[in-house]
Order: sequence, then structure tokens, then C-alpha cells
Amino acid sequence: MADAGLPVIARFEVRHRNYLAPDGSINRPLPAFASDASLLTALYRAMVLLRIFDRKAVALQRTGRLGTYAVSLGQEAVSVGIASAMRGEDVLLPSYRDNGALIWRGVKLEEILLFWGGDERGNHFSGPVEDFPFCVPVGSQAPHAAGVAYAFKLRREPRVAVCMFGDGATSKGDVYEAMNFAGVHRLPVVFVVTNNQWAISVPLRLQTGCETLAQKAIAAGFIGEQVDGSDVVAVRAAAEDAIVAARDGQGPRFVEAVTYRLGDHTTSDDASRYRSADEVQTRWKEEPIARLRNYLVGQKMWSKAEEEALAAECHARVEAAVERYLATEQRRPETMFDHLYARLPEAYAAQRRELAGEGDV
Amino acid sequence: MSEMTLVEAVNLALARAMEDDPDVVVLGEDVGINGGVFRATAGLQARFGPERVLDTPLAELLISGLCVGMAAQGLRPVGEIQFMGFLYPCIDQLVNHASRIRNRTQGRLTCPMVLRTPHGAGIRAPEHHSESTEAMLAHIPGLRVVIPSSPERAYRLLLAAIRDPDPVVFLEPTRIYRAAKGEVEDNGEALPLDVAFVLREGRDVTLISWGAMLKETMAAADALAVDGIAAEVVDLATLKPYDEVTVLGSVTKTGRCVIVHEATRTGGFGAEIAALIAERSLTSLLAPVARVTGYDTVIPMARLEQHMMPSVDRIVTAARKACQFS
Ligand SMILES: Cc1ncc(C[n+]2csc(CCOP(=O)(O)OP(=O)(O)O)c2C)c(N)n1
Repeated sequence: MADAGLPVIARFEVRHRNYLAPDGSINRPLPAFASDASLLTALYRAMVLLRIFDRKAVALQRTGRLGTYAVSLGQEAVSVGIASAMRGEDVLLPSYRDNGALIWRGVKLEEILLFWGGDERGNHFSGPVEDFPFCVPVGSQAPHAAGVAYAFKLRREPRVAVCMFGDGATSKGDVYEAMNFAGVHRLPVVFVVTNNQWAISVPLRLQTGCETLAQKAIAAGFIGEQVDGSDVVAVRAAAEDAIVAARDGQGPRFVEAVTYRLGDHTTSDDASRYRSADEVQTRWKEEPIARLRNYLVGQKMWSKAEEEALAAECHARVEAAVERYLATEQRRPETMFDHLYARLPEAYAAQRRELAGEGDV
Repeated sequence: MSEMTLVEAVNLALARAMEDDPDVVVLGEDVGINGGVFRATAGLQARFGPERVLDTPLAELLISGLCVGMAAQGLRPVGEIQFMGFLYPCIDQLVNHASRIRNRTQGRLTCPMVLRTPHGAGIRAPEHHSESTEAMLAHIPGLRVVIPSSPERAYRLLLAAIRDPDPVVFLEPTRIYRAAKGEVEDNGEALPLDVAFVLREGRDVTLISWGAMLKETMAAADALAVDGIAAEVVDLATLKPYDEVTVLGSVTKTGRCVIVHEATRTGGFGAEIAALIAERSLTSLLAPVARVTGYDTVIPMARLEQHMMPSVDRIVTAARKACQFS
């Protein structure tokens, strides 16, 4: 126990933000944007589309038409809420589970399927051309985000880099190194951790001794906030505050979105090996889509007819994307060399010719 | 035109690149007011300001990862790692991101970055300051690995590396940072990458090396000349991708080849060259390809390090043996 007589030289606090309760009732007055019914329904639509897309992707994987896939089940509000607060010219640096953010930003569904289907062309987004592709080595995109934000600052561009990763990633030095640098230079970057409680089979309590992940920002010299990550209104509000502050030159922010991964880690995982059905069942009561629907219905902003129309619309959109994905013609083998270097070095030209079936090496 | 050391030539190239292109940013530990531990960045911060000559926190992974992010935004970052022994945390970024972001995104994002680091033993430095693990880097697809061996080539190859649209690891031979001196005209002209340089022509045996070890290799060629053996000396300069045409051309001419590197033997870059010659030019060989390399051990600390590194004698012996083979 420290000497009570010693002066306190610093005190820190971490705030938690929540508006919508699991049943859709409100805990505190909603932020201004929530009075815009079209925005709220857009967030709702995006989450529903993501869930339907995920279900289809898993079905494709199970029938051998897609590779390993990571679902967003239960955490749809994070990707969608964060992306909805970004501007087109901002840059997103996503983790592999941030489909919802990519879709919101205009990446085509068939591009996402191509990526998970094992084709690099899926990363050639026709949408936001400066966004980074999904990052698989956990947390290694955080230093990129700092570099991107440094470029914005150097060029005096009012843009923000938004970097997303999971709770497991916060254990890596990469994330701390990037946050630390962002703090030093007050960079326009927002780090977002989707705390879904699990890193494959490892629970949060084995990942960190911290009470919150948000407090990790304190060591880097900026504000970390925790939000209810199953409340899309809270996620969007926190993201907006953070992004506006970053754009305004107030430096980086960190947002911890506390949510729950209701599904398996990926299609190669069986979560029942490491967590109980009871735990998952309990968490289903908090999931983000029903929560927002309850609110919208209660506010007469949403109806059964609209729900049915939305489902039909999403299914049609997903099916059309799947058709385009499946109809995508194969790349020729030699194209694996086409984007290796800006110009293929002479030393590898023969290997390319071999793949093309053009004579000997 | 003025006489300068290799490290001064590096400094000159950095200054020239920064002058010519506002997108060039230099970053690393102590690169600012201190000018880098070897003074490779001396004076740059005073001239170009702290935004473009940036002292980073002490975090190597960060330095390489920042370069990837900056480069994807169209800057031309030149990161410095103080010693090659501290480059290893960057491997993740080099393998997983820098070298493949172009390929992963089918050209949508690119990575025109340079990561510079002092390379090699022979400076009586503390542990972890004398690494020569270039083969590890040369194994990475999508990367370029460049090692200059003179002030002139340091200046012109570094300019080429900074202007190159792809990531380059630029290994600077620490042992000859100050020992190598030469004239360099600061005219902004680059030398081509991916090209080997024939430093000396000869018909009897080909000696292939890179970086600081060319000093011993050239001395060996002088010694062999006294015996009437005309050695051709090839400075590989770019290890990834390397100039197979020059290597094979020289070996076809001489029929004999000795590869010299201070890095450990097993899996060293010499093995790659020997395999290339075996595959493509076996019939022109008059003797087995020989390697004179560091031993398969950790580079020793100061008292023993000279025994690890190939000596002029070891090179001469190997070359003579090749010439006597019948
Ligand atoms: C550096 C690294 N180590 C290991 C893995 C294998 N792996 C893939 S996902 C994962 C768990 C990541 O958990 P978290 O960061 O919480 O993200 P989540 O999957 O929950 O979204 C691991 C260990 C990896 N991709 N990258």
C-alpha cells in the first residue's frame, strides 16, 4: 500500500458509453445524429446485410466454394458504426474481420468473396482505393496507420486514418509502438479495438491484466474510451467524436468497443471446444441487430413490411454477388508475377514464361 | 567532384534525394540532431526540418511499419536501423507487408520505401552489431537487397533505391564506411539496380563478392596477378534480384568461380550462385565452384571476429586451387 501522504501527480479515467439497452430502450439521451431516421435505418440495413452475407459465405465455404472465412456474428455494430463516421477520403486499415466496414465504404461483395476465395484481385477494391486490404498478421497494420496519418499531417491534409484490430492484437508490441508514436506526434489516427472477448480460444482475462483495453491509450498519451460495442449508436457516436477530434488536429484517440463474437473464430474453428453454450446463449440477448430493431420499431421508424423487404433485398444482392464471384474467370498462373515488382526483374522473366507454358527456363 | 568516404556518400545521396523530391522523408533513431550513430544523416535535419528528418521512438518494428504506411500514401520514406542486429523486428513488416503489398492489392497500393542499415563485421563492435544475414532478406520475394562497395556506388545506388517504386533494403558495409574513399560527383545520376559490376577483368578465374568483402577480394586478385593468374572480380551489388547474366557470362569465360562472403556458409547467398552455375553453366566449368565464407557460427566478438571473416589468404588459396584443378 502506497504512503497515503505522498502527493498524487496524475489521475486517469476511462469512460464507458452506451445509449441503447439490450431491449432497445434508451439509457440516456441519444446523440443528435440519432434523430435522423434515415441514418439509423441505414446502419440497421448495413448490419442486416452483413449478417445475411456472412451466412451465405459460410454456406459457400461448407460446400467448397469459398476458403476459410471469418464471420462478424454478434459484432456487426462495430464495423458498421465505425465506418459510418468516416469520410470517403479517410483511410481504413482493417483487420480480417471488418467486412462490415469495407462494405459500408463501397467495397463490392464479390470482391470480399474473391479475397476469401483465394484470389488477390479481391483486394483490388473498386471502392476506396487508398484503403488497406484485410490484415492477417494480427496488429501489424497499426504501424501502417501511424505512417498513413503521418503522411496526412506532413501534407496538411484534413484526413484521418482509422485502424481496426481485435483484443488479441492489443497484446502485440506493434499496436503499442504505433500508438506511442501517434501520441508523440499527435497524429490524425483513430485506433479501434473490437473487444469480442476471445482471441480464438484465449479469453480476454488471459490476454491482459488490464481492467479495460481503453486504458492502454493512457500510456501513449491520449484518450481511450470504452463503448458498448453492441450498441451501434454508441459506436458511431464514439467514432464520430474521435474522428472529428483527430481531423481537427487534437491528436489520436482509442476506442474500445466491447462486444461478443457469437460465432466461431473462423469456419475452421469450433468454439464449443473452449466456451459454454450457456455463455453464448446469454450473450445472444445483447446482440446488436435485435437491439437496434427494437428501438426503431418502438420509435415507429421501422415496420414488419420494411423488415421483409430488406431481407428480400439483401438476399437478392448477396445472391447476385455470389453469381458474379463464381463467374469470375480464373487468373492465368503466370499472373502471379504481374504485381510482384513495378517491372518484373529480368531474373524472374523465365519463371513467368515457364508458368505461361512458353518454352523452357 | 570531391574525395569522400562511403558514409559521406550516403549522406550526400540522402541530401540530394531530399532536395530533389519533397516526398522523401528520413526517419530512424537518432537521425536528427545527432545525424545518426554513423553520421549518415548528419546535417539533414538542420537543412530539411524535423518533419522530414524524424527522430523516431526506439522501436524498429515501428520504423519499418511506418515506412509501409507512408509509402502507401506516396511518400518515399528512408528508414534507418542503427545496426543490422536490430533489423530483425522489421522482418515481419518486410516479409508480410513491404514486399507484398503491391502484389496483395494487385498494384492498388505500392511501397516505394528504403530501409538502410549498416551491415557486417570487422568493426570491433559489441554483440549484435556485426550481422551479415543478407541471405535471409534476399530470400524474400518482392524485395530488393542492395549492398554498395564504394562511395561512388553507395551514392548512385542509394539514389536508385530511393527512386525505385518498390521496397529496397540497403545494406551499408560498416567496415568500409570510412575506410573506402573515392571521388563522387554530386550530379544526381543513379546507377541501375539489379546489375552486377565487373570491377576487374580477367580470363582465369571469376571472384564474386559484395560489400566490404570486395576489399579482400580485390587484394586477392592483386596477389593472384603476381602469380600470373588473371582474376575477374564481380561486385554483385544487388543480391535480390541478382544479375544472373553477368555471373554466368563471367564464369563461362573463365571456367572457374570462387564466391566470397563473410556471412555464414549454410544457406548463404553463395549457395544460390553456386546452384545457378551448376544448373546453367556446368559444362563450362573447369573446376568445382568454391565458396570462401564465414564459418557456421555466431559472428564472434571483437577478439575473434577477424578469424570468422574470409582473409585475402583464404581467397587466394581457393582461387589457386581452382586454377590447379584438372
Ligand atoms: C501475429 C499473428 N499471430 C497469430 C495469428 C493467428 N491468429 C489468427 S486470428 C488470432 C486471434 C486474434 O484475436 P483478436 O485479435 O482478438 O481478433 P478476433 O479474431 O477476435 O477478431 C490468431 C492467434 C495471426 N493471424 N497473426
